[in-house]
Amino acid sequence: MRSFTYERPGTPAEAAAAVARTPEAKFIAGGTNLLDLMKLQIETPAHLVDVNGLGLDRIEATPEGGLRIGALVRNTDLAADARVRKDYGVLSRALLAGASGQLRNKATTAGNLLQRTRCPYFYDTAQACNKRRPGSGCSALDGVSRQLAVIGGSDACIATHPGDMAVAMRVLDATVETVDAEGTARRIPIAEFHRLPGDEPEIDTTLKIGELITAVTLPRPVAGTHIYRKVRDRASYAYALVSVAAILGKDGTGHVAFGGVAHKPWRVEAAEADLPRGAKAVTETVFAGAKPTHENAYKLKLAERTLGAALNQARA
Amino acid sequence: MSRRDRVADAPVMAKVGLTVNGQRRELDLDIRTSLLDAAREHLHLTGSKKGCDHGQCGACTMIVDGRRINACLTLAVMHQGSEITTIEGLGQPDNLHPMQAAFVKHDGYQCGYCTPGQICSGVAVLAEIEAGIPSHVTADLNAPIEVSAAEIRERMSGNICRCGAYSNIVEAMTAVAGRQA
Amino acid sequence: MKFDTPAGQNPIDQLKVVGKPTDRIDGKYKTTGTAPYAYERHDVVPNQAYGYVLGSGISKGRVRAIHVEDAKRAPGVLAVVTTLETPRLERGTMNTAYLFGGDAIQHYHQAIAVVVAETFEQARAAAFLVEVDYAAEAGKFDLAAEAKGAPPVPSDSGEGSGGDGEERVGDFEGAFAQAPVTLDETYTTADESHAMMEPHATVAAWDGDKLTLWTSNQMIAWGHGSIAKILGIPKANVRIDSPYVGGGFGGKLFVRADAVLAALGAKAAGRPVKVALTRPLIANNTTHRPATIQRVRIGATQDGTITAIAHESTSGNLPDGDPETAVSQTKLLYAGANRLTAMKLAHLDLPEGNAMRAPGEAPGLMVLEVAMDEMAEKLGLDPVAFRIRNDTQVDPQAPERPFSHRDLVGCLRLGADTFGWAKRNPRPGQVRDGQWLVGLGMAAAFRNNMVLKSGARVRLDGSGTVTVETDMTDVGTGSYTIIAQTAAEMMGLPLDKIVVRLGDSDFPVSSGSGGQFGANSSTAGVYAACVKLREAVAQRLGINSADAVFADGAVRAGNRAVPLGEAAAQGALSAEDTIEFGDLAKKQQQSTFGAHFVEVGVDADTAEIRVRRMLAVCAAGRILNPKSARSQVIGGMTMGTGAALMEELAVDTKRGFFANHDLAGYEVPVHADIPHQEVIFLDEVDPMSSPMKAKGVGELGICGVGAAVANAVYNATGIRVRDYPLTLDKFLERMPDAA
Repeated sequence: MRSFTYERPGTPAEAAAAVARTPEAKFIAGGTNLLDLMKLQIETPAHLVDVNGLGLDRIEATPEGGLRIGALVRNTDLAADARVRKDYGVLSRALLAGASGQLRNKATTAGNLLQRTRCPYFYDTAQACNKRRPGSGCSALDGVSRQLAVIGGSDACIATHPGDMAVAMRVLDATVETVDAEGTARRIPIAEFHRLPGDEPEIDTTLKIGELITAVTLPRPVAGTHIYRKVRDRASYAYALVSVAAILGKDGTGHVAFGGVAHKPWRVEAAEADLPRGAKAVTETVFAGAKPTHENAYKLKLAERTLGAALNQARA
Repeated sequence: MSRRDRVADAPVMAKVGLTVNGQRRELDLDIRTSLLDAAREHLHLTGSKKGCDHGQCGACTMIVDGRRINACLTLAVMHQGSEITTIEGLGQPDNLHPMQAAFVKHDGYQCGYCTPGQICSGVAVLAEIEAGIPSHVTADLNAPIEVSAAEIRERMSGNICRCGAYSNIVEAMTAVAGRQA
Repeated sequence: MKFDTPAGQNPIDQLKVVGKPTDRIDGKYKTTGTAPYAYERHDVVPNQAYGYVLGSGISKGRVRAIHVEDAKRAPGVLAVVTTLETPRLERGTMNTAYLFGGDAIQHYHQAIAVVVAETFEQARAAAFLVEVDYAAEAGKFDLAAEAKGAPPVPSDSGEGSGGDGEERVGDFEGAFAQAPVTLDETYTTADESHAMMEPHATVAAWDGDKLTLWTSNQMIAWGHGSIAKILGIPKANVRIDSPYVGGGFGGKLFVRADAVLAALGAKAAGRPVKVALTRPLIANNTTHRPATIQRVRIGATQDGTITAIAHESTSGNLPDGDPETAVSQTKLLYAGANRLTAMKLAHLDLPEGNAMRAPGEAPGLMVLEVAMDEMAEKLGLDPVAFRIRNDTQVDPQAPERPFSHRDLVGCLRLGADTFGWAKRNPRPGQVRDGQWLVGLGMAAAFRNNMVLKSGARVRLDGSGTVTVETDMTDVGTGSYTIIAQTAAEMMGLPLDKIVVRLGDSDFPVSSGSGGQFGANSSTAGVYAACVKLREAVAQRLGINSADAVFADGAVRAGNRAVPLGEAAAQGALSAEDTIEFGDLAKKQQQSTFGAHFVEVGVDADTAEIRVRRMLAVCAAGRILNPKSARSQVIGGMTMGTGAALMEELAVDTKRGFFANHDLAGYEVPVHADIPHQEVIFLDEVDPMSSPMKAKGVGELGICGVGAAVANAVYNATGIRVRDYPLTLDKFLERMPDAA
């Protein structure tokens, strides 16, 4: 871990300004992913701006009938919030399916959106990885890829976004609120927040340098059965092989997003009209153009069957 | 390689004040020091273990400001003023905490290395259930939560025991939960 | 003491202390965080500096240059020791790969340098400033590709299994060709990592030319000799201390790079140095259980009598490495006149394959006991009945050798009754519980009993306290407690009058911990020392030792009763002895037996497999402490469940390393994977084994359990997957359409 300087600014705008003006600066909130990567010298910030004291830890009702979730709300608190449990069950379920109790106590809403891939080659500094060292190549393409993306990848990168919460946020049509160094606020639809790797896999999101997430807002609750079905090898404390975040009616109508399959939560709204026709009809469209490796082609079948399970659950 | 890749930066030191097991402690630390290493290497409170240093095993679990966390994945400097309970603060060899005593009685350990983390987590898990925080296996998110083996197993899954004492740990925790009820 | 005739009646048979489910005497230290593990020995020597180990970034080839100038200039750095400035060091006991020195790279993450600094943070930062130039060479990394043509190679796991490269009895091929019912299937098991919770760690301090290592090691005497050999110094100048070991499972049987580099770093820095291998380094830097490709052929008559059985295993290893002894149990577990076993070894340039909990039997039974399940189905026999039909009371390769005690049938019957086996639907894929397809499976458990020479020293002081010293280790097995129970039983004392000190090379050499030989061997050594101490006490008190009764803290002879401490009133009494085993184990086969029963649920949609119930019935001689022995068995069941369902070091066959080298990537079971586990011990003694009449039990729990899981999965789904681990991707295409 490189040495760094450290500050605790007083306001979100000060924090944004601090990161914008200091070379190689980063925000730190829960730290559960950033410190992990700093220990391996994968992240090497020269300056850390601690945003924990900025008061961004409240969950408030919005005038539109939705919720505004402060960027620093811990995963545990968000999952346990009575309004979230009642009206946004898919979000509560996704959070509770992620990581461990200890990590959820520390990890934040914004940090969860920003967590980086778990690709084994990203994590091994002796190996080529375009995300970690642009231009060095992608070892995963002909390497160990059972966990990696089946769609939306590129010749440069087949990493997956490893999170659960973001998949629920995607099906809920959340909006990410930010502030930049000039104090200008911006609202980014969750669909546009995470990028596909393309030929710049080192860039995970559409945030600008120094742009600080202040909140995530949810629109009015959507009626239906809220389901987050995470499939993994061991029963807990594991990343998703495939996950399905869905809000479904008894007739099968509704919305669905997939996790564990791409560089971002994967949702194809156009396919949702086919939900009453069953899982296969939907996944054929959602995963059209998929380019799995021989190790992860099973994810296509798994996604279909997992969605089928969700549809059954909604119908029951 | 950039200049920073080749040249080490001068160390940055930070003064950190913590309350550890009820005692106020002042430390002058390299700013990179994790809360875990602050305890183990500077305070010589070595009960909290370093199994992975990456939040993948739970051996470092401490209770910080009332919540269990992985002490390896947080910086000491981020805990200025925090109230920290480590395994040493729960009980001592001749004055065991009920959870420690239950682990002994139910043989909820083998090599002992994950044990302090399991016990700190175990104490916190029962409090989390009591506080109504749901888990992945909670069937109804909007109903009261019972202490059950399934709830304990899910919530304890962030504490790996390679010796495989899980079945006994669940029995120890169930016994303690029964006494509390 | 020589043990060469079967044990008769002895003080252990009183079972006042031995055989009781006593709480561990070290429990209050482990549960309060006060038991000291290697890296936290702040008290033993002042001024400890921190070492950080660098691993090779290539899998095979040479290190051309290591640029350390920037690292040496970094703040706090005291020394950098590189492999290039060190001649290739000798290897220690059981090391296959070289640990350090020279320019040759044998495997990924091989240690190539240690950076020593004032603080851990400084050592870690400076380590990343070291730049290395490599000349990479092509290597062989793919077992499947190298398996063809791999020659048979003899091997001894050193843990009770092994043999010739190929062994034959009768005419296997002829009998197999004529058998009316046959099975011929090939199975694979994965590379597995010990993943013990405590990383390999050592504090090293030099005092002149004398070296002390506070380390984490299962086998103190091996480590002691190995360190002397590796560093080229006299054994008399080395001391090793390892009172607590945070898990080993075979991964700490031998000296590893942490100990070597702590010693070299301390020498270079001129002060004590401590080193722990970082978690991401462990999977590739240290050892692992090698993957296997196993072919099993069984021929039987229509009534289910085995007439021909063959088991061949191919595994890979570095040059000078051994094959996995995965066929050994097949020589002894079932009857059958015509037999063939073979171990084949391919050269691979992956990290070193070596012992991991029940080497040989663990992966071997994962296969043999699935083959038996498949054969039972072909025969239309119940799997329990098929095994009972083919039980043997003699070594099938040498029928003149009986088993010293064998009650596999008792384990199978009691297990079946207890588990409700009769309710199992023999037709697979029929039982449904909500979303779950439910199945039951079983397997036999088998593990040889090894006995090793083991010494101890016991000292009685004036307060009536007996202190036991032996270099035996407690790796979670309960050694502290069973050794105290043994001494208490022998000396007629309560447990709190016994002090046990372990793991120090200054103490008498013990068996150490491995191969489930530790408990029986080390307590037998304590027994021998206590026999001598009893004689010394009797002599001091002027009583005939044959008449002396040691009970309730006193020595009685006739009407005379003297508190035990009085014998040491004029000075402590000390005795030392070593138990040495004669050829009883050659005359009669000593093995341990068991039966595993497992219920699983398989998600009808996703094919996720979750274990719902587990039972093991074990027959392993006298159980010295049923509480800690039970823990050993459930621990094995847990690790075996991991091997069956999730554990796999993912080989990058192009780059030649295990890619998932941390505890997030290499998944081991967590709490949520493991249900309540039940263990039943048959009440038995084996006087052929030792004066304790005990046998090993620490590895029996992992033997066979993976097959029981696999058989239950088959019973649930009707899908037979022969490649471990049984992850859902291998089932999906064959799963029935979800309802």
